[in-house]
Amino acid sequence: MTTPFEAEVTEVFHREWGRVVATLIRRTGDWDLAEDSAQEAFVIAVERWRRDGIPASPGGWLTATALNRAIDRLRRAAMGRQKLRDLAAMMPGPDTPDPDESGIVDDRLRLIFTCCHPALALDARVALTLRSLAGLTTSEIARAFLVTDATMAKRLVRAKAKIAHTGIPYRVPPAHLLAERTTGVLAVIYLLFNEGYEASTGADLVRAGLCDEATRLGRTLTELMPDEPEVLGLLALLLFHDSRRAGRVDASGDLVPLDEQDRTRWNAAAITEAETVLDRALRLGRPGPYQTQAAIAACHATAADAAATDWAQIAGLYGELGRMTGSPVVELNRAVAVAMADGPQAGLRLVDGLADSGALRDYRLLAATQADLLRRLGRRDEAAEAYRRAIDLAGNERERRFLIRRLSEVAAPARP
Amino acid sequence: MKYLLLICSDEDQVATLNQEDGEAMLAEYGVFAEEMAARGVLAGGERLRPTADATTVKVRSGEVLLSDGPYAETKEQIGGYFLVDCADLDEAIEIAAKIPGARVGSIEVRPIWPM
Repeated sequence: MTTPFEAEVTEVFHREWGRVVATLIRRTGDWDLAEDSAQEAFVIAVERWRRDGIPASPGGWLTATALNRAIDRLRRAAMGRQKLRDLAAMMPGPDTPDPDESGIVDDRLRLIFTCCHPALALDARVALTLRSLAGLTTSEIARAFLVTDATMAKRLVRAKAKIAHTGIPYRVPPAHLLAERTTGVLAVIYLLFNEGYEASTGADLVRAGLCDEATRLGRTLTELMPDEPEVLGLLALLLFHDSRRAGRVDASGDLVPLDEQDRTRWNAAAITEAETVLDRALRLGRPGPYQTQAAIAACHATAADAAATDWAQIAGLYGELGRMTGSPVVELNRAVAVAMADGPQAGLRLVDGLADSGALRDYRLLAATQADLLRRLGRRDEAAEAYRRAIDLAGNERERRFLIRRLSEVAAPARP
Repeated sequence: MKYLLLICSDEDQVATLNQEDGEAMLAEYGVFAEEMAARGVLAGGERLRPTADATTVKVRSGEVLLSDGPYAETKEQIGGYFLVDCADLDEAIEIAAKIPGARVGSIEVRPIWPM
């Protein structure tokens, strides 16, 4: 059982870890030292707070304690002049104002832009963000990405070494780089969410937890960049997706298609929050791919039932998204929406066009979509063939089971 | 920080440039080098003769072994370099992207290991 005290400390940990580490990295320039000292500060906090209660400003308390631990560690390790100089530079003084107090940039923003620097490999960006900003342990991240602890540890060490050796700056990028780099940060958070979403079943709780981490990061980013419509758009999108989590799989862990989901199991509070966030984004008047995807998700989330879904609106939004991204996957989604709005024949024409272009060859959802549309048109033999292709390409076991079930429906001998 | 910007390109492609394009390319390099010198980040840079003129040297068991050609046979080869001294990786990337060769080949950005 979790006591109220433990629950509150966990909450403080989630809220403050990134801030403590981010500030410590700025003050010490040493990522490992920052993480170790933050860890130590949290251990001390649990002991101290159990006795004295949680202080009014736990973040400030933790940062001060972590900084003291860092100074202690450096002092113990100080052997040459260089270390002592580092130490002097870290000592709190009038020349090192706390950015939170003076209203300068939040250190967490420096941290996330550095973790998501495009010179780092994508998997390293993801791992580093989870470790430094979200405070997951190396083995938690390893389990979430299905690699060994040693592999993940190596990945993190290499990423931190690259930051140090190549001079990746610890800062929020200047104006001319900001838009591009922000897109990169959002991509990392979205990838993180999708990793969790793909695996969101009871048996895979660690990976499902990635959805929570991604949403938390998205929320933090909206606090740090409140006027960036795409940042808000991403958070709205994540909240809409996440609101359906409980309805996506049935009791036996099988995937339930959107139109068959029990909408009473959707999280109404998350949907309301998502709508508010999306509204804020749209009012800034600078559309973008995340806002458009969130608008599509909103169409689904706010329809009273599957039949009430405004598919024409969704098809239009996918058209817009396609113009922004030029992505054939978006075009495939548009085809599905068109099929719903204007009938399977109209959808199939678009899907066949995509198939002929060769852009999505071996993409599992292309075959699955073709199969579904052919099934609805009553072209059973062709549908069965497409289902078999889709089964060969299926991404995971649940998806495979769903497709096999459909195949058995169309492949069954027609009743006389 | 110092970075070595290695200009990698397909030599065959460079060799087949006609005179006019070749001169235009050289002129672009001239403009780039002037610009970077004026900015105060340029610490050196040269064009290299093609790998047909390369000799690879190694010493094994005290014996000097030579081979004709580059150390690795790859499609893209180093055709030149710039040594720059700038603020951080972001600035090095920005400079690398301005090298004319970046539009046809690629630039490998390598931080200098301070000794």
